[in-house]
Amino acid sequence: MLKDAKIENFDDLKIIIDKHRETPGCLMQIMQEAQQKYGSLPIEVQDMIANELNMPLTEIYGVATFYSLFTLEPKGEYNIGVCLGTACYVKGAQAIIDKISDKLGIKVGETTEDGKFTLEATRCVGACGLAPVMMINDDVYGRLQPKEIVEIIEKY
Amino acid sequence: MSMIKITIDGQILEVAEGTTILEAAKKIGIIIPTFCHHELLDIIDGAACRICLVEIEGAKSLAPSCAIPVTDGMVVYTDSESVRSSRRTVLELLLSKHPLDCMTCVQAGKCKLQDYCYQYGVKSANFNNDDEKLDKPIDHTNQFYYYDENKCILCGKCVRVCSQLQQVGAIGLSERGYNTHVAVPFELKIKDSTCVSCGNCVSNCPVGALVPKRKEKFRYWETNKVKTTCSYCGVGCQMDLLVKDNKVVEVQPSDKGLANNGLLCVKGKFGYRFIDHKDRLKTPLIKKEGKFVEATWDEAYDLIASKIKVAKEEFGPDSIAGFSSARCTNEENYLFQKLFRGVISTNNVDHCARLCHASTVAGLATTLGSGAMTNSNFEVLNSEVIFVTGSNTTETHPVIGSHIKQALKRGAKLIVAEPRRIDLAVHSDIFLQITPGTNVALFNGLMNVIIDENLQDKEYIEKNTENYDELVSVMKDYTPERVAEICGIDAEDIRKAARMYASVDKASIFYSMGVTQHSTGTQGVMSISNLALLCGNIGKESAGVNPLRGQNNVQGACDMGALPGDLPGYQKVANPDVINKFQKAWGVELSNKVGLTVTEVMTKGSEGDLKVLYVMGENPMLSDPDINHVKEALEKIDFVVVQDIFLTETAELADVVLPAASFAEKEGTFTNTERRIQRVRKAIDCIGNSKPDWEILMTLMNKLGYDKVYSNASEIMDEIASVTPSYGGISFDRIDQEGLQWPCPDKDHPGTKFLHKDGKFSRGKGLFKPADYIKSAESADKDYPYILTTGRMLYHYHTATMTKRVEGINRLFPHSYMEIHPTTANRLGLEDGSKAKVSSRRGEIITTVTITDKVEEDVVFMPFHFADGAVNYLTNSVVDPTAKIPEFKVSAVKIERIKD
Repeated sequence: MLKDAKIENFDDLKIIIDKHRETPGCLMQIMQEAQQKYGSLPIEVQDMIANELNMPLTEIYGVATFYSLFTLEPKGEYNIGVCLGTACYVKGAQAIIDKISDKLGIKVGETTEDGKFTLEATRCVGACGLAPVMMINDDVYGRLQPKEIVEIIEKY
Repeated sequence: MSMIKITIDGQILEVAEGTTILEAAKKIGIIIPTFCHHELLDIIDGAACRICLVEIEGAKSLAPSCAIPVTDGMVVYTDSESVRSSRRTVLELLLSKHPLDCMTCVQAGKCKLQDYCYQYGVKSANFNNDDEKLDKPIDHTNQFYYYDENKCILCGKCVRVCSQLQQVGAIGLSERGYNTHVAVPFELKIKDSTCVSCGNCVSNCPVGALVPKRKEKFRYWETNKVKTTCSYCGVGCQMDLLVKDNKVVEVQPSDKGLANNGLLCVKGKFGYRFIDHKDRLKTPLIKKEGKFVEATWDEAYDLIASKIKVAKEEFGPDSIAGFSSARCTNEENYLFQKLFRGVISTNNVDHCARLCHASTVAGLATTLGSGAMTNSNFEVLNSEVIFVTGSNTTETHPVIGSHIKQALKRGAKLIVAEPRRIDLAVHSDIFLQITPGTNVALFNGLMNVIIDENLQDKEYIEKNTENYDELVSVMKDYTPERVAEICGIDAEDIRKAARMYASVDKASIFYSMGVTQHSTGTQGVMSISNLALLCGNIGKESAGVNPLRGQNNVQGACDMGALPGDLPGYQKVANPDVINKFQKAWGVELSNKVGLTVTEVMTKGSEGDLKVLYVMGENPMLSDPDINHVKEALEKIDFVVVQDIFLTETAELADVVLPAASFAEKEGTFTNTERRIQRVRKAIDCIGNSKPDWEILMTLMNKLGYDKVYSNASEIMDEIASVTPSYGGISFDRIDQEGLQWPCPDKDHPGTKFLHKDGKFSRGKGLFKPADYIKSAESADKDYPYILTTGRMLYHYHTATMTKRVEGINRLFPHSYMEIHPTTANRLGLEDGSKAKVSSRRGEIITTVTITDKVEEDVVFMPFHFADGAVNYLTNSVVDPTAKIPEFKVSAVKIERIKD
């Protein structure tokens, strides 16, 4: 989803909410699917979830900002997550991040102007054996060397 | 409940199972420090601050005493070296981010962080790191308080108070770890949140993060606390006025408040600045050649006494009438009616209950024998179904509104029947958006379903009621389909609501002026009573029929006999035994002729039949229907006295104005909506030359030849108790700490939590009084195509004489407005914020448009608080024939755009 895309259709969100509303503790599931649908959880989306579940917006916003996988701002088409867990860090993850920053001209947490890439530093992704690890959307790249970065990114 | 034996700091004690260590320690006088603890808050999302850690023998680590229930044989140390050292660490960690500016912090003296640092000898933060000090901007956007994030210790108490107690959830904890902070979603400002400015977060903040905006500088140790009863609305919240140098500088909820559980609303918490407002009347005024001239008390008293004497001699006592006040104390209302009945010899005494709950007093007295709320404020917490109709509770009785929402969180179901989509409607299980004026039809429809589907409580009906057969026969015609058409709702929703109400053991009904202010108000009230009786919902806890009374002491003013047909305790003037009793008690001759109501006084006045009108603490020039007619009446009456704290719209038309003391300047009692008689206490000296109303009334009585002298309000209450059976056991001594609920017939009686227990009604059996639906006096037509309904809003109170003098409130809502549906607005070419001319058969006003889908198409709503664009120029003065209450809720109007 592009950075400034407007949400025009709330019917899909209603369907997501209706699918889960009877399940106790359904909030996270709804938020996750809503984010998949809209790319982020902007105020309009959270507002609608709040109204439909008769829950204060504060509760939803609290959850959205607590978990790092939720985002309030739309992300790039490709989300690059570089693991900064202990193992990856020791194995030189910072150099990987620096290289990507260089290549794309963005800092951690930012999205490229064309809306294609977002760079994030993540917590342990559970692939310490492959350290240092980077994920681009669902693709995992392990045992990375900074010199490989340009080639990988150019694939996208 | 089984008892558990534990040892705390070497002391052995037994406590009930489920008690926390913190509570157990408190029982033996050991106070464990806390930041985030609050006894009414759910511990599940609490135990955050870790200052209450204690040592438990055998446990691996220290434990939060607020969250751990005691177990048998537990040995606890609350002040061991490891406990003390851990508390010091907690404090040092908190200080690492906290500014060390106690010398200029307004919270000093009430700051727990400051107190505990002193207690544990923590001077500075060992973990101090200047890079980590916050430098966040202060959020000043709320009118009444500000939020300084830099001082927040993240205990989360404000967030829990807001969501669990106030049930608003305006603020929350966002982000996590080191970045966690209290915020409005999306980091908006507080003014853009759902905050209702109740200030309960402010009252509970243990540090200086949420702080009231204040004008004067003071330190908490320089103030003294005076416990009193709030002078806004009928909830009767108990609060402490903080006084420095004869000035009220802050208000806090009183710890123990059987009416409010430590909550307040924006008016109670922040609406106190009217007390010493520069506009307060400070000296008597006499009108000479059309202008007010300052006068002495003696001049004013003599003039009033002579006018009364002359009118009485020339035209008879019934040429004199008085409006008592639902804002004054019981003692003052008692003296007011005594002055009129005993000294002037007329029963022409009434007050504004005529305009709000006269139909309740008449209706419930007929069906149940007592015209008051049957149950108590907190009982709603355990109701299984709550039916709210004709009441915008979260705005008009905010603390009861919060308790209703708390009950919903505990699993109660809510039915709302209202012309507007109010806040409670949003939270309801069934919302019936009825056309204004169709209440009776709706209640009948509900009863039709209940009878039809055999859901009634047959045993209760058999044992405790009479006239059931007539009810059945009248209800027969009110099928859901027919009612749905009358009310503009769905027939299936009527069925669902009826089943929901009838299906549970404890269902309570809350209603207010949406039911009473109709030409069929009494029938509306009796229909509610029918519904409750039908399901056996009267005479037990957490059920009942609960009229929410509007003003602080409107219940008391009625109880005290400020009604033309009733002496104190609803003893009828038409009953010769009653007259005899009072003649003996007061030593005077009494009239047995029922007097004039507020509405009748205006009619008689405009016909020239009234010579003197004495108005105490009322403002009919804004509160009464058809203001043009009121004005005509007041101008025609020869001599008008107004006794008030401000020069009201009514006072401007008076011949003599007497300056009265406010609630903060006198002793007395108010009786709240749940019949609880509570103390009002003097916190400051009278402003200027003003006097407590009871002193003024007593002096006038004396001037008119009745020599009784009372040296204080307590003596008046003793006299009230001696002649009023339901107040028989009330004295200032007994209610010093906590109020008592009437009936309280003798000194040993504990008061009455809920009425009509075990089917015993004060009239014998519960009476079914079925009524047919009758249309409102006016309906929309070609000339006046829209229906106007009126009501109240959260921030203002009654005719706003007090609230408009509270700066923050006045800034938020300075003038009248009209809520209108987008489609209607569009048709009329009106935009949000534009001006419109609204006219009825009685008058016209100009007001500001607020576009909202809270109201339905072709129905508009206006609050009645404002002098600027006063809606009562438009309202209909047609009255209910029984209760004489005017039909404020339905007027046909025309709306026109005003071109810029």
